[in-house]
Amino acid sequence: MFSDTIAAISTALGEAGIGIIRISGNEAINIADQVFRGKGKKQLTELPGFTVRYGKIVDSEGTTIDEALALVMRAPNSYTGEDVVEFQCHGGVVVMQKILDLLLSLGARLAEPGEFTKRAFLNGRMDLSQAEAVIDIIRSKTDRSLGVAVQQLEGSLSRRIQSLREKLYDLIVQVEVAIDFPEDDIPEIGLETMKTVLLDVLAEITKLIETADNGKVLREGIKTVITGKPNVGKSSLLNRLLDENRALVTDIPGTTRDIIEEVLNINGIPLRLIDTAGIRDSEDRVEQLGVQRALELVDEADLILHVLDISRELESEDIQLLTKLKERKRILIINKVDLPRQWDSRSYLLSSGYIDEQVPVVEISLTEDKLDPLLDCIVGLIMGGLVQIERENAIITRSRHKHALAEAKQDLEQALETLDQGLPIDLISIGLNGALEHLGEITGETVRENIIERIFAQFCIGK
Amino acid sequence: MGKDYAVIVVGGGHAGCEAALAAARLGCKTLMITMNLDTIAQLSCNPAIGGPAAKSHLVREIDALGGEMGKVIDQTYLNIRMLNLSRGPAVHALRAQADKVKYRAVMTMTLESQPNLTVRQGMVSKLLYEDGAICGVQLNTGTKITGETVVLATGTFLRGVVVIGDVRYPGGRQGEPSADDLSQSLVDAGLRLARFQTATPPRVHADSVDYGKLTCQPGSKKPLRFSFDTPLVVREQIPCWYTRTTPDTIRVIQKNIELSPIQSGTVQGKGPRYCPSIDRKVMRFPDKVDHQIFLEPEGEYTKELYCLGLTTSMPEHIQAKILQTIPGLENAQIMRSGYAVEYDYILPDQTYPTLESKVIKGLFTAGQINGTSGYEEAAAQGLIAGINAAHKVLGRPPLILSRSQAYIGVLIDDLVTKGTDEPYRMMTSRAEYRLILRQDNADLRLRELGYKIGLIDEQRYQKLKAKRAAIQNTLKWLRETPVSPTKEVRDYLIQLGSGDLKKAVTLHEILQRPELKFGDLEFFAPLPELDPEVIEQVEIECKFKGYIERQLKQIEEFNKMEDISIPDDIDYFQIKGLRSEAKERLTAIRPTSVGQAARISGVSPADINVLLVILKGENHVSA
Ligand SMILES: Cc1cc2nc3c(=O)[nH]c(=O)nc-3n(C[C@H](O)[C@H](O)[C@H](O)COP(=O)(O)OP(=O)(O)OC[C@H]3O[C@@H](n4cnc5c(N)ncnc54)[C@H](O)[C@@H]3O)c2cc1C
Ligand SMILES: Nc1nc2c(ncn2[C@@H]2O[C@H](COP(=O)(O)OP(=O)(O)O)[C@@H](O)[C@H]2O)c(=O)[nH]1
Repeated sequence: MFSDTIAAISTALGEAGIGIIRISGNEAINIADQVFRGKGKKQLTELPGFTVRYGKIVDSEGTTIDEALALVMRAPNSYTGEDVVEFQCHGGVVVMQKILDLLLSLGARLAEPGEFTKRAFLNGRMDLSQAEAVIDIIRSKTDRSLGVAVQQLEGSLSRRIQSLREKLYDLIVQVEVAIDFPEDDIPEIGLETMKTVLLDVLAEITKLIETADNGKVLREGIKTVITGKPNVGKSSLLNRLLDENRALVTDIPGTTRDIIEEVLNINGIPLRLIDTAGIRDSEDRVEQLGVQRALELVDEADLILHVLDISRELESEDIQLLTKLKERKRILIINKVDLPRQWDSRSYLLSSGYIDEQVPVVEISLTEDKLDPLLDCIVGLIMGGLVQIERENAIITRSRHKHALAEAKQDLEQALETLDQGLPIDLISIGLNGALEHLGEITGETVRENIIERIFAQFCIGK
Repeated sequence: MGKDYAVIVVGGGHAGCEAALAAARLGCKTLMITMNLDTIAQLSCNPAIGGPAAKSHLVREIDALGGEMGKVIDQTYLNIRMLNLSRGPAVHALRAQADKVKYRAVMTMTLESQPNLTVRQGMVSKLLYEDGAICGVQLNTGTKITGETVVLATGTFLRGVVVIGDVRYPGGRQGEPSADDLSQSLVDAGLRLARFQTATPPRVHADSVDYGKLTCQPGSKKPLRFSFDTPLVVREQIPCWYTRTTPDTIRVIQKNIELSPIQSGTVQGKGPRYCPSIDRKVMRFPDKVDHQIFLEPEGEYTKELYCLGLTTSMPEHIQAKILQTIPGLENAQIMRSGYAVEYDYILPDQTYPTLESKVIKGLFTAGQINGTSGYEEAAAQGLIAGINAAHKVLGRPPLILSRSQAYIGVLIDDLVTKGTDEPYRMMTSRAEYRLILRQDNADLRLRELGYKIGLIDEQRYQKLKAKRAAIQNTLKWLRETPVSPTKEVRDYLIQLGSGDLKKAVTLHEILQRPELKFGDLEFFAPLPELDPEVIEQVEIECKFKGYIERQLKQIEEFNKMEDISIPDDIDYFQIKGLRSEAKERLTAIRPTSVGQAARISGVSPADINVLLVILKGENHVSA
């Protein structure tokens, strides 16, 4: 009953760092074949079911992205009952991401949460007694990812997409009002104006897609924020992490000048490190803006590295932060242990109730010690816990976003072409509406009813 | 036990007329009973049929399926125009000014001449039941009439109240009584009702208008028609006129705004936003002073002019003052005042997409009673309700049009799936696949269906088949006829203002150039003799091929979920894994397909997945 082909990362990073990408549907083998160069002579399309091939995954230019095993399964003898190809690769998350993007660009559709299981069931690959279990899987995956998808939208990205949507809405509403109320004397939107807006939106979307590729905005990874009052050693920590673990060396200013974001690679796990200006109460208004933003960042963070200075008594600022971060996934870094201790670190924090037994505490001198204990602590936390799940979601979300942006771009290019050809506005509206809908997929909004609302809110129409 | 009738239609408005004709034409013994035989097919408000916002599309669809509205307006229009010509083929809109007297007469005569159909005057005050199903109606005179099914199409009449200024009195339309007992009978049966309101502008005497100050708006010189069966001819036409309000108009309204029933609260019920009264427009957009006012003749045998744009239920003396401020209307003599009417409608979540009631078996409802507004919307529902009432009696499967098939499908699906919080009107932006749901191809979309149902006769069906073949053959011919870039060809194209030609192509590719018309191809090859409507289809199919194919593909995807039907006896509360909100919403709406279920607010994608799994488990879905 399903004709389209779906793809997804099914295990982002399993044991021994192996990730699996799964493709299922009529075109699965064809699509996989286009990116896979096997060691043997045969194409994937020529292989019988249950065959494994070793080879390379290459992009459209023939550049190798990763080495991989390809497992081919043919309908109906596969998990989903459809043609299925599984790639097992080990290049880490960033590479998996690239492969998935490649598959999507070749016509696969990103699988909905739980869709492999759903297909398996609907194609009769599971028996009735499993229906309930299937429902549970679908239920939990869908609900979680829907929530997470929107929630994971970065504040700045979401704002940018919202503003693009506003611009498109504006165009569409003007087109629709002209179409449905031609007798009401409403000034018709000029094609030149429309074109200017279209080009503007298109450029912005292109930029967003590029940054997604460079890993700047829609970058995968665990959002990590370093907090602590001034002078505890935040910059020192950042610099050392970067010196020793920097992945993509970029110095990207955030939306405000005082926020710096970097990507680290710790044992194959990408961390997005955000350096805040320092979270503290400030009288200075300009600075407060930064603080506001910093607190926002803390809210959005997957992981918080909270730095404390053992060489100075804890101050009210430290206490406030400790309280604020109580419910969050965090590591406490007690710095400057090379200097005389002014307070009894872990036991003090425990007895005062600022932390419980679960919260990892690392004592360190950032000027003298190795970082290894801290890195181990970070990796342990991620591999062991909740952060990992969210990371997988983040990856899926990112793919979805990028894909939606690409589709929106295509629609707008079509609208532009239509406009340039001098075709009527109704045809231009097809591309506009498509783009709006795709951007809506990112922010989780539906369109149609809104347009009618907007028409009535903006125009004096009707008789 | 034999009933008096197979189908009883209550109400002789636009919904009732289509319902009665459809049922009778399908061979059912049908009764149409209405309060006043002289107001059958009354155009209560604007004397016009069709128009933008998909109204003309609805008329064409009704016609394609074998309904009557298009044929009647073609015989009775005063003038006709095609709007939106520059905005794309899918939104071309045919609008006709109707002669309201003739419109009534022609429709009345059609009904009275229809075999199997009895037309009778009377006021229905009660519905009769038997074992939880409808079995007939009772008149206010006490007479009982039995029927296997009943179609209610009572328009604005249920507990109708007419409002002018601070005066309120019972009435279904001005000058006609309201139907109060029938409302009670519906409530007693367990139906939930709510109130809407709508209003109409004053009519003025044509001889009291100063035409020197008005702008004339003539009809089309091109032959136009609604019905695919009407011969294409140009008739003599009576023009419309227009003028504008002035700052004085706005001042008069603002000064007296306290007297506006919408301001004072004398009128309750939600009104339609797309037909705002002039008082509402002034309140909402105080900076706009020059609102357009169209003056539309109401018929050849009446001097009444309809003042489109001046809808209001302000007191009569204020209406007169407003008119005095408008160029051309300074001395206009009001023949009928504007007024509002408030009425009961049935909350449409109690209705199936077949237009049968979920609460009362065998009861169908159509038109304004379902929460819509507009003649075309009413007629469209009437046709579907009439067909489905007949099908129920005849034991045939119900007719549900899909959103991808017709605006009628969009209309009914919106109503029964999402409900409406204002009188619902069609708009093209409500449809997902606008480019496919064109008014020019309504016959190609729906006539075959009309034929299968039995409302389109053999001869008309053959005509359709011939048209379809001509379109296909011509397209094929275009694709197979080569054009080489010779000097003559290139000169010709440039002379037409089209681009140069660099390589050999086909005529199809030439015609795809936006600036070229089918007739321009004469130069390349002798053109086949073709009906203009065939040429229109060929041009559209060719020029917009990419866009059309894209929407067809989307429709294919869309239909997958529409095609999975949900059995009516499914118990959502027994399904583990549905959230409780979804259980409640699904139980309330009882969608007929998974596609419809997905459109219900409060039902999430995860709920739909759960539903799919359950349906599969119960073997209702084939893999
Ligand atoms: C004041 C007014 C303003 C309007 N303004 C607009 C507008 O701005 N825009 C717009 O699109 N539409 C407007 N209309 C609505 C338009 O007239 C209707 O949408 C359309 O006519 C509805 O058709 P219908 O068949 O549902 O009902 P109607 O045309 O109202 O016909 C109902 C029929 O049922 C009969 N009837 C009712 N009760 C009984 C009974 N108990 N027993 C027997 N017969 C009964 C009546 O006699 C009548 O013949 C307005 C209508 C009115 C009255
Ligand atoms: N002795 C000692 N000094 C440190 C240590 N870590 C940081 N510092 C010093 O503390 C000061 C403040 O550090 P910085 O990283 O700028 O703090 P920030 O304001 O939190 O970013 C600098 O002079 C650092 O050299 C440490 O482990 N031991």
